[in-house]
Amino acid sequence: MSGAPTLALIALILGLALWIVLARETFAAVAGFIAYGLLLTLAWVGLSAVDVAMTEAAIGAGLTGALLIGAASRLRGGGYAEVRTRRGLAVRVLAIAASVSVTAVLVACLGMLPEPSPTLVPLVADNLAATGVGNPITAVLLAFRAMDTLLEAIVLLFALIAVWSLTPDAAWGQRPDISHDAHPQGVLAYVARVLPPIGIVIAVYILWVGADAPGGKFQGATILASMWLLVMMAGLARAPPVGSAALRAWLVAGPLVFVAIGLYGAWEADAFLAYPDGFAKPLIVVIEIALMPSLAVTLALLLAGAPRNAEAVP
Amino acid sequence: MNALIERVLDVWTVVAVSAGGLFFLAGTVGLLRFPDSLTRLHALTKADNLGLGLVVLGLLPQADSMLMGIKLILIWGLLMWASAAVSQLIARTVHEANEP
Repeated sequence: MSGAPTLALIALILGLALWIVLARETFAAVAGFIAYGLLLTLAWVGLSAVDVAMTEAAIGAGLTGALLIGAASRLRGGGYAEVRTRRGLAVRVLAIAASVSVTAVLVACLGMLPEPSPTLVPLVADNLAATGVGNPITAVLLAFRAMDTLLEAIVLLFALIAVWSLTPDAAWGQRPDISHDAHPQGVLAYVARVLPPIGIVIAVYILWVGADAPGGKFQGATILASMWLLVMMAGLARAPPVGSAALRAWLVAGPLVFVAIGLYGAWEADAFLAYPDGFAKPLIVVIEIALMPSLAVTLALLLAGAPRNAEAVP
Repeated sequence: MNALIERVLDVWTVVAVSAGGLFFLAGTVGLLRFPDSLTRLHALTKADNLGLGLVVLGLLPQADSMLMGIKLILIWGLLMWASAAVSQLIARTVHEANEP
């Protein structure tokens, strides 16, 4: 990508970012943020980083957008739909000065980067064959930097614990309630009946091609999560009670498999998360397949939020 | 002969994708200018269905393989279906909000 379209895209991204910061209505800012995520997706595609683009579209724009819409509509009930206060002149000048100086420092740092900038790309390309996977991104995420991916999956669990910790005492162990009182024969219920089979096939496909092409467990898990959320929102299925042991087993199963394979590496290949010779590809596939359901459940429950109503356990 | 067919297909791609872009532009103008939610919805769904349809039809001759072409058509179909369903939901919400 080059020339006028790139410049137009950059101008759009910067303009939209400014607009989001300046927007006074919470909901408008969220709508802007989702569009911003989609523009960033385009930018990543332009940089030939299709894996990052897919993650940005699925998680940055889609999932985060849905989370923020939920937060905005909750805030609206509390009277925070709009920012009404205007700060004093001094505060505004200070804020602008602080932002400009941070930007200036960043620009100065960029100027000080060594030329050519340090890169690990040749190293990855040379060792890609050892992992057996064709997609260098997957090789980096699950072989060369598997520790980061493991911690990422665990961070999501912590985020879910943080969301659940907002549960009122009386509602603890209940189901999060996200159904929309939809008509059982209505359009939402129809969508929630027809779309999930297609979505599940696409999610599994994206997971499977992740070994050799852009895709992988995170993108697939986001699609699975959205399908499950759709079914729960349409009222066709209820969210599981957060106290359920089976649910918690699903949540930790993926990371546990990851840790177990890591320990196996420590015992067999002399380093935590190292793969024995010739077993890299099968072990990576096992980790991806094991992580996807856990990630999907975690992401869906993050969106479903904390249980609020102290209803009787059925 | 092959070169001629290729040229014709390329022209078709340019014409169809440009026409699709025009529909998106018209839809966006409608979204910004139309007075109420239902007419704005109308503008938006036209842009989605016809605009993307023309873009997909235009890109079909450029697809590397049969599979790629089928994927493009599937994306169009899914999007038409989803936008029909979502418009229904939005229209219903508008309708309910307008009821006394």
